[in-house]
Amino acid sequence: MLVRKVASDRDRAAFARLFDALMPRVKAYVLRLGADDASAEEVAQEVMLLMWRKADSFDPARAAVTTWIFTIARNKRIDLLRRERRPAVDPDDPALLPDAPPAADQLVEQANSEERLRTAMRGLPPEQARLIAMAFFEDRSHSAIAAATNLPLGTVKSRIRLAIERLRRSIPD
Amino acid sequence: MPVLQPTHHPADEHLLDYAAGAASEGLALLLATHLTLCPECRRKAAAMEQLGGTLIEELPPAAIAADARERCLALLDAPEPAAESRSAVTAVTNPVSAAPLLPRALRDRVGGDIDTLRWSPVLRGVDQALLVEGPGGARTRLMRIRAGHAVPQHTHRGTEFVCVLAGGFSDLSGHFGRGDVAVSDESVDHQPTADADGDCICLAVTEAPVRLTGRFWRLLNPFVRF
Repeated sequence: MLVRKVASDRDRAAFARLFDALMPRVKAYVLRLGADDASAEEVAQEVMLLMWRKADSFDPARAAVTTWIFTIARNKRIDLLRRERRPAVDPDDPALLPDAPPAADQLVEQANSEERLRTAMRGLPPEQARLIAMAFFEDRSHSAIAAATNLPLGTVKSRIRLAIERLRRSIPD
Repeated sequence: MPVLQPTHHPADEHLLDYAAGAASEGLALLLATHLTLCPECRRKAAAMEQLGGTLIEELPPAAIAADARERCLALLDAPEPAAESRSAVTAVTNPVSAAPLLPRALRDRVGGDIDTLRWSPVLRGVDQALLVEGPGGARTRLMRIRAGHAVPQHTHRGTEFVCVLAGGFSDLSGHFGRGDVAVSDESVDHQPTADADGDCICLAVTEAPVRLTGRFWRLLNPFVRF
């Protein structure tokens, strides 16, 4: 586990491999959201530095590496480019209402869920996949999507709900 | 004492706005609050974030500067900037109890738990503490409705989101307790009434100022910024 090596051994070679795999994709994500090349490079580099500093907060039982990096990149972009604070859930918050611990077989299933989610995403009807992509890559809330596509708000909501329902059925709870 | 899970939840499209990073700052604060108190929606939001991860993985990689990796490696040992970002945690000035009323996202915003807040009166029996002001009259604030008091009858110019933190209130659509989220749009004309047995404290996010509709309160619309 590369992130584990970064966290526990401060392993630079492991970090460099993560950098090579993730930096170009994080930059691509920020570019897709409309940043210019220099800003996208800056945000992506900040994300890589946070990956180094926060490696010990990564919990493989909770999320895949790409999911973890996505949340860091999303928050960093909001922070640096939208100039807003990104409120987040703190998993160690004493106010948190805890979830029932996942059963052992669910953890095994979790390991395969990335591939299943990808397959389910490819199988979405194009009109649903498009709205999901707009939410993630165009910084548009569902009401802004309705305005941009000239679709009735109710149609946008029902398409999003159908897509989420379908994707959720593909992965373990 | 068993802690009850919320029964009124935000819709999938709201959780998607949050997970994708497209929600406004105020709405993201409200949803982070609900998610802290709702394991069910937390699982949903986590699945949506997982979707974000797979979408990033599928993007064609962008060209990066030739020396990007070298520069980044050189920065690894640099001391962490003191105020790393705007997201950096606000210094929590008041000690927080073992069972804080406010979730972390809100404590970071107000600098402590509920006793840190400075309330200002809005109407009889109703106080508020403003947290975020957005464009077009959008506001995020904590509201305190005294036990048994009602918020004047009102409708909405945009969508209003309310998440209960303490006590509870009722309106035509039911009863709302800790963690519950009520979403009201232009079509909802309601008069939320706090439970009789204690003050109701909630986080409210409004896209635009609400419009008072009761016979008496309507006259106050030009004067009360509520």
